[in-house]
Amino acid sequence: MIDRVIDARGLRKSFGETLAVDDLSLTVGAGEIFGFLGPNGAGKTTSIKILLGLVTPDDGEGEVLGAPIGSRESRAKVGFLPEHCRFHDSLTARELVRFHGRLHGLRGQALETRIDQLLSRVDMLDAADRPLRGYSKGMLQRAGLAQALVNDPRLVFLDEPTSGLDPLGRLLVRDILSELRSNGVSVFLNSHLLGEVEATCDRVAFVKQGRVAHQLTLGVAPSSFEVEIRAVPLNQPVLEGLGRFGSVVGRPGDDRVLLRVTDDAVLPDVSAWLVGHGVRLYEMRGRRKSLEEWFVDVMGDDQRPG
Amino acid sequence: MSMPSFLTIAHLTLYDARRRKILSAAAICGALFLAVFWTVSFFAARDLEQNPPSFVQRQINLVILSLFGLYAANFLSVLLASLLPVDTLSGEIDSGVMQTLASKPVRRSDIVLGKWLGFGAVIVTYFLALAAGVLIATRWVAGYQQLNLGFAIPLMLLELVVMHTISIAGGTRLGTVTNGIMTMGFYGVAWIGGWVEQLGVLGGIQSARAVGVAVSLLSPADSMWRLAAYYLQPDIVRSLGNAGPFAGGSVPSAMMVWWALGFTAAALAFAVYSLRHRQL
Repeated sequence: MIDRVIDARGLRKSFGETLAVDDLSLTVGAGEIFGFLGPNGAGKTTSIKILLGLVTPDDGEGEVLGAPIGSRESRAKVGFLPEHCRFHDSLTARELVRFHGRLHGLRGQALETRIDQLLSRVDMLDAADRPLRGYSKGMLQRAGLAQALVNDPRLVFLDEPTSGLDPLGRLLVRDILSELRSNGVSVFLNSHLLGEVEATCDRVAFVKQGRVAHQLTLGVAPSSFEVEIRAVPLNQPVLEGLGRFGSVVGRPGDDRVLLRVTDDAVLPDVSAWLVGHGVRLYEMRGRRKSLEEWFVDVMGDDQRPG
Repeated sequence: MSMPSFLTIAHLTLYDARRRKILSAAAICGALFLAVFWTVSFFAARDLEQNPPSFVQRQINLVILSLFGLYAANFLSVLLASLLPVDTLSGEIDSGVMQTLASKPVRRSDIVLGKWLGFGAVIVTYFLALAAGVLIATRWVAGYQQLNLGFAIPLMLLELVVMHTISIAGGTRLGTVTNGIMTMGFYGVAWIGGWVEQLGVLGGIQSARAVGVAVSLLSPADSMWRLAAYYLQPDIVRSLGNAGPFAGGSVPSAMMVWWALGFTAAALAFAVYSLRHRQL
């Protein structure tokens, strides 16, 4: 049993003058749901393609499921749902899953049983024998998800898996991701829907200009708790004193300070220290930073389109 | 034991071609051609019976009829061989279908080989059906037994395989329309080269002949037909020395067959190499 299903070091890829991936290093643990976040053009899809062997990196190395990146061995127990869900549209969903199962070496009754299970799981049994060309995007994503899981993978790459799904479809995907995690399957999730990522992922990496700019473990998220304090006076000695509890990250007003702390357990100590030093405390309002705020903070203004 | 990946892909290729009604369209075109040819053969045979020429002239007429039929069958099959696979790789790369395929534990060479085999089976079957229809018409309707089919049919099949392989190889690098233009241009150049070579021989223009031979080396498809046509004609028809698709004025050498085989192998190897290094 390997601890790291993905271990990439210094991956780099250029297309002509355009640097798509620049010194990308990351690890994903077994059974982990890993979110890969970044603005358009940050190199997320190229990174996935490198890890799947669809694109050859100019530099760097790594392993997927213990085998070198791009090797057939590394792809044997991997599932992949591409962003645009383009498949042979003359096939039915059942035929699509069957065909991809055969490419994994599956045959016979075991494959047919697996197909029925998967199509039932993604709620596509009723439409399973209709050609894909008549499907909506959401139906294609469901069928694509079934083909991605046909080989009972240990690692699944999902590139925007819920972008065409209705709320029920999104809940379905969320449930499937939870099942995968409970079965020890790792998921590499590329999504712009930060709410979805926040609800499902154990850990996320923010990709900026082709490299990992920041990583965050969700749920325990160190340094993710901020408290806004309204007190008087907030002079230099007081601000320096607050530094023992965390870091001052902003001054929304003369009587306000934004303090980032590692744990909300320190808040009583903060208030006691302020009162003990003669500061009149009017308000303390704590909140955990949302993933969206993290995203904006990490990416900065220069990553906004236009 | 599981089926090799390239056979699975060949199966998908055939299945997809059938579902997309490509095979039906080709079959309808082929059936229309055979219906026309059978009608022509019927009336030609009746005319020859009602106004019997000399035995030699009758044989010449029937040979030309048969050659015409096989030429048309060959030409239709060349079109199919060139156009059927023209978007199989380029279209799937452009649309992203290839990403799902290539992310499976298969070699890129299996993808190329599977598609080559799948479409190859369609093209060979199509040509053999058309050729059989032509030969049955000339035999049963007009009463002529074609010569040297054991040489001619494999040569025509080789021409189709050359074109089919070029189309597959082009698809690894070019867009669908560009690949179609390139493949048909490749055949057109070979066809014109054949004419130039014939005219060079008939007119005694050595430079024209040399250009024609050089073009055939560059694009050996049409020379396979010309060699096949040579085998299909009795000496008396060859001696007529006509300048056209059945011309026997300049017969490609047997070495050209090896060249065409080597050319096909090189084009297939290029297709594998090219797809293996293609960023998907």
